[in-house]
Amino acid sequence: MRISVQDTPFDLGTETTNFAAGHRDMGAIVTFTGVVRDLPDDPLEAMEIEHYPGMTEAALTDIAEQAMTRWSLGDALVIHRHGRLVPSEMIMMVATASRHRKDAFEAAEFLMDYLKSRAPFWKREITAKSADWVAARAEDEDALKRW
Amino acid sequence: MDVLYFAWVRERIGIPREAIETSAATVADLITELRAREDRYEAAFSDLTALRVAVDQKLTDFDAPLKGVREVAFFPPMTGG
Repeated sequence: MRISVQDTPFDLGTETTNFAAGHRDMGAIVTFTGVVRDLPDDPLEAMEIEHYPGMTEAALTDIAEQAMTRWSLGDALVIHRHGRLVPSEMIMMVATASRHRKDAFEAAEFLMDYLKSRAPFWKREITAKSADWVAARAEDEDALKRW
Repeated sequence: MDVLYFAWVRERIGIPREAIETSAATVADLITELRAREDRYEAAFSDLTALRVAVDQKLTDFDAPLKGVREVAFFPPMTGG
């Protein structure tokens, strides 16, 4: 299991290859990647991501440990960036490895649902006209209830 | 104890952290103390439904006790991912 909170970019291919290597008994690798998307009406100049150093790593470790306990996983990876990102840059990724795909898919969804609402990150969208904090969505909080 | 503020809570209060001497028994008591201090705290804490709190880096509720606590953080609902 590995957690990385970093301001530098990561390479999805390299991370996925490294994650998959060395797990001879894992038949399924699932990855999810979050990407900065442009805004339809007011072009996005940048997304700034603030976090709570210390608590962020602890919260992500706790969420990943829960996933490892609840599903039959061989390994889990969470990478999340902070700082200033531009559209099309990758914000974060999760990867899960299991013997069969069902556990890997479900655990990846669980990681994403919890990470969105329980890890201390806050996004701000910077455009030519405004710099607004992204509001949390009720459906993101509701998504936790299914677990 | 150290009190930390993030995102728009930090912006409204104007600083990211401060050391506060308090005898508040709970987070809610601490908020009542802060709101009485200055308008900027009142502006940050006026709607508690828009706020979350962590005590010693763990998410908790506003009725959480503060005895022996080193760090309290206030912030809006999280928007990671």
